[in-house]
Order: sequence, then C-alpha cells, then structure tokens
Amino acid sequence: MRRLSLAHLWVSFIALFFGAIAGLLQVLVKKGVLHLPNGIGYYQVLTAHGVLLGLVFTTFFIIGFLISGVGRTTGELSASVLRYGWIGFVLMTLGTVLGTIMILLNQATVLYTFYAPLQASPWFYIALALIVVGSWCSGLAIAAQYWKWRKENKGKISPLFSFMAVVTMLLWFVATLGVAITVLFQFIPWSFGWVETINVLLSRTLFWYFGHPLVYFWLMPTYICWYVVIPKIIGGKIFSDALARLAFILLFILSIPVGFHHQLLESGVSPGWKFFQVILTFAVVVPSLMTAFSIFATFEISSRAQGAGGRLSWLKNLPWGDARFFAPMMGMLFFIPAGAGGIINASFQLNQVVHNTLWVTGHFHLSVATSVALTFFGVAYWLVPHLSGRQRTKELNRLGIIQTILWAVGMTFMSGAMHASGLFGAPRRTDYTTYFDHPVAAGWIPYQTAMAIGGALLFIAILIFLYVMIRLAFFAPKGVEEYPIGEVGEGAEKTPAIFENWKLWIAISAVLIVIAYSIPIFEMLQHAPPGSPGYKFW
Amino acid sequence: MHLYKYEKIWLIVGGATLALFLLVLGIGAFAMGQHPPSDTETIDPQYVRETAPFDQPGLKQIGENEYELVMVAQAFAFQPADIQIPAGAKVHFIVTSADVIHGLEIANTNVNMMVTPGYISRMTYTFNDPGEYLMLCNEYCGVGHHLMGTRIEVAE
Repeated sequence: MRRLSLAHLWVSFIALFFGAIAGLLQVLVKKGVLHLPNGIGYYQVLTAHGVLLGLVFTTFFIIGFLISGVGRTTGELSASVLRYGWIGFVLMTLGTVLGTIMILLNQATVLYTFYAPLQASPWFYIALALIVVGSWCSGLAIAAQYWKWRKENKGKISPLFSFMAVVTMLLWFVATLGVAITVLFQFIPWSFGWVETINVLLSRTLFWYFGHPLVYFWLMPTYICWYVVIPKIIGGKIFSDALARLAFILLFILSIPVGFHHQLLESGVSPGWKFFQVILTFAVVVPSLMTAFSIFATFEISSRAQGAGGRLSWLKNLPWGDARFFAPMMGMLFFIPAGAGGIINASFQLNQVVHNTLWVTGHFHLSVATSVALTFFGVAYWLVPHLSGRQRTKELNRLGIIQTILWAVGMTFMSGAMHASGLFGAPRRTDYTTYFDHPVAAGWIPYQTAMAIGGALLFIAILIFLYVMIRLAFFAPKGVEEYPIGEVGEGAEKTPAIFENWKLWIAISAVLIVIAYSIPIFEMLQHAPPGSPGYKFW
Repeated sequence: MHLYKYEKIWLIVGGATLALFLLVLGIGAFAMGQHPPSDTETIDPQYVRETAPFDQPGLKQIGENEYELVMVAQAFAFQPADIQIPAGAKVHFIVTSADVIHGLEIANTNVNMMVTPGYISRMTYTFNDPGEYLMLCNEYCGVGHHLMGTRIEVAE
C-alpha cells in the first residue's frame, strides 16, 4: 500500500514540476520579457501546463491520497485490490508519458480542452484514454476494498474516509463516461482518418458533461481533508458524520448535470435547457455551504473545548504554525472568493461579461490552483513522511508555512490581476500581443506585470514544496508521522444507513442526467449540421 | 436528521440567496428576453463562402441607424475587418466559422459569443458611445489566436 500510494504521489510531483515550469514560461512570455527559443510555441507550453497540472498532477495525487486513506481506515489492502491499483497506475503513467511526448513533438497543441475541429495526433487521444481507463482500475480497487470491509463488518457504518473515497471515484466514473465516449467514438476514429468529419457541438457537450464534475473530482478529496483530517490535526472531533455524508451524496448527484454552464454562449442549445442546468449549478452550492458550516463549527468547538473564550478569540487557538493545518486553512479562505466567482460565471446572462476572458482563468486558479492545491500540499506535508517512515522536522514544517504564504501572496497578485483585466475584456489563452497597438489592449499591460510577479512567486513556492518533499521522502530523520483521521464527536447524531444505499443514489443521479441531457443531445443529433474535417493550425 | 439552529439559519439564508439570484436571472431571461446567444440555425461548415449571407460578408443597413453585420471568422481574422459604425447604431451580428471554433468578443461591451463551425451565432448590440473598439477572438484557434482581432470605429 505504501509503495503504491507513494508511486502515485511521485508522478504527481514530477508533473507539478514540469507544469510549474510551463506556467512560469507563460507569464514571462505574456508579459513580453521572454521569447521562447526556436521551435517551442506558447500554446504548446500552455497545453503542457493544462494537461500536466489539471489532469495529471490532480488525478495521480487524488488516487494516491485516497488509496492511502482507504488502507488506513479499512485495514490492509487485499492482494487483488493492490493488483488493480498497480494496473491502474501503470496505465495512467503510460498515458501520461505518451501524452507528454505528443505535446513535446508539437503533435497535440490543442490545449487540455482539445476542442474539435482542431485535430491532434491520434496518439494524444489514446494517451488520454489510457489515463481514464487506468483511473477506472484504481477506482475499482478502492471500491473492492470498501466492499470487502462492508462484508466483514455487516450492519456497521463504513469509515467516513472510505465512504467519501468511494463517492469520489463513483463521481469520477460517471463523469468520465462522457469524455471516454467522445474520445473513443469521435476523436480517435476521426484523427486516424477512419471517418472524415466530427460533430463539433456533440464533442463539446460530452467534454463539458465531464468537465464540470472534473472540478468536483478535485474538490471532493479536498473536502475529505477538511472533514476528516483537519479535525484530528486541530485536536477536535468531526462535527457530524451524517452531514458530511449528506454533503458528499449531494455533490455526487448535483455536480454532473451542469455542464451547459460552460456552453452558455454557444449556438445549438436552447436557452431553456441552459437555464435548467444553471438551476442545478446553483443547487450544487448547497453542499459547499454545508461544508463551510461544518468545518468552521469544528474549529470553534474544538478551540473552545481547549479553553478559548470570547467571540472571536478562539481563532487564535488554532494551530496556525502547523503546515498541515495552515496550508488547507488558506485554501479554505481562498475558496470564499473562488466560490463567489463561480456563482457569477454560472449566472446565465452575466456569463457574457466574463466568458473566455482572463477572469475565468483567474477563477480556476483560485479554486483548483489554490483551494485544492494548497490542501493537497497540506496533505503531502504529513502523508509523504508517513509513507516514507520519516519525521516532519520543525525546519521542514517552517518551510511549509513559508511556501503557503508565498503561494497565497503570489496567487493574490496573479489571480487578482487576471480577474481585473478579464473584466476589462482581456481574453484568456493568448500569447504576447498588443492587438496591433490597440489602446484598449495597452490598458491590460500593468495587469500582465502583476501576473508575472505573482507567477514568479508561485514558481518559487513550488520549488520549496518539491525540496521539502524530497527531504521528507529520502533525507529527513527516520521516525513515525501520524496519519490523522478524525473521530466523530460524542454528541453527534447516529448516521442513517440510507447513505450507503448506492443503488438509490446512482438511480437518482442517472435520472437527473437523463432529464438534463437527453432532449438537448437528441436535438443536437436531429438538427446536426454537416460535420467538420480536422485542422492543424499550429 | 437533526440540524443545529445556527446551521439551519445558515442554510436557509444561503439557500434563499441562491433562490433570489435565480429569480433575478429567470426574470431577466424569460420575462425580459435576455437570453445568452443560443441560435439554432445550421450551415455546412465546408461551404461557408458559397452560402448566403456569408458569400458577401459586410455591414448592411437595414433600417434607420440599424445594421446587419455579416461576418466570417476564420483562422486568424474576422471578415470584414476595420468596421465603421455610426454612433447609436443598432447592429445585428450574424457570424459563423469557416474552420475551427472561435470566440467573438468586443472588449468593454457585452458582445461575447462562441462561433462554432456548423452553427450561426447571432447577437444584437447598440453602440451608444463613440470610440475605437477592439474586437478579438477569445477561444483558442491555433498559433495565431492572439493576432485575431480588428478595430471597430464608432463615429459621431
């Protein structure tokens, strides 16, 4: 189990390193202070950044984290579970290597969203398919371990961590069906030339059917840390096991049928269906509100139990000097503006003001690249030494605090500048440009400077993080680092067994997906224009 | 399942706020007709240049200070380019793509829509303020994406 989990973490850290280099290059090129040497394109680097950080870093880290936690809460992983886990790891790693090679060869400069009819090499799409299929094997491994525990512990409520891990992988499975269908049945035959054209709108719709729950696939492991791990670190108890499970079930049910809020400004989908999915998008805010309440209740209750008084002075009692707490806590605070920005983006007509501007890039650098990333860093600060059998020394903990502060400051600069210039119309995903010295574009230049400063700070933060990881994995003194798993408070309600009625939740999810997508997709197929041939515009 | 008093208040206030937001959006959309661009008309993306009205892109006057602007988005330019519009003019954009997906945005206005091959995108905007506007592509379309833009001059 240790080796399997560590193997995932290392691939994720390597992806983080190269993705961060790509990110640094981008802000410098965009600012106009750097020209990439011959043969390397801005958009090629941008594709690498998106694929390595958005898809590879997150997916490997999440699976490594979930496998370790499932092992920690349900006992030794069985041999067959380990086998599935390793098969998944090998397939995903093969996919990552193949995909990276295609990007480096400039055969796949289509960005990580790979919108048709830009056409990459078929091997790029095969690489993506390998990553998805590999992650399914890992999901199977996690589910199999959970079922084994249920069988051996009839009538008992499963450990909260394992329950949440299974919901996360179930969401991932249902969501990736969309991207798997479009890659296997549209992109691969089309890029090999077996069919001449592709239905562009259908491919986009299937992509975004996957693209939004992808965000929740990043967020749910983050919430696992906040719900299950953080209470133990601050010396408190889990506020409510039942509410935590309810939040996860709601996230699973509501986060899939919402992809149209990424397609609000496009033709071919009627406004009524767009609005219906906007309503569901707003509904998925509720479990996040529940999460915010639970977590801050845990903070206050545990702080008061340790003797803190006063209306707000309990805040001082929290372990601000502990990187395991401080990094995720910063992530939580950044999630407040990130969530508010998300509601703005999904607000139907209002989307017109920000769609495809740098505002959107700023938004997901707050949500995934800060709330999620800082939480993952916080997890890594104890998970890596736990797995490697070493100590998290005072010095390394202090570096973790510094790294978190650098990240928060760097991201405030970068994301703040992105949000602001996006409101003034600066588009996302552009190489260095003045738009033929247009005065409007000239107004965006100061923000590009702020983005470059922020990006440089973030890069330094990543280097510190990776340095700490290498120390924790190979050089720190031998020792035992605790795997913090919170316990449920004594006064908490008994957890109803209905939460583990998987058939019910899958059925509700399926019904909602069918309602939200069947008619629009039917219309898309019924009134489909002739398809598009592939273009290689890079 | 039991909810604590403060939690109930928190969720009710949060839920009510979301419902209020949706109500505002819904009234805007269904009572006042402010929908995002959602045209359903299709076109063969490989024969854009042969299909009316895109065989003759350009600005056409259709009423008193009211115009139709027929545009083709193509890597890496909008056609027509350098458009002149009288101030106060109501302009109906009719746009399609001759190749990949583009995005049509005019900075500092609410003009913003996807241009998907195979579909026609429409939007209406009234240029009340004179000035030099920047129209640009805001969806990655290839190596020249950042050069895809043009000026719109709104003259007194």
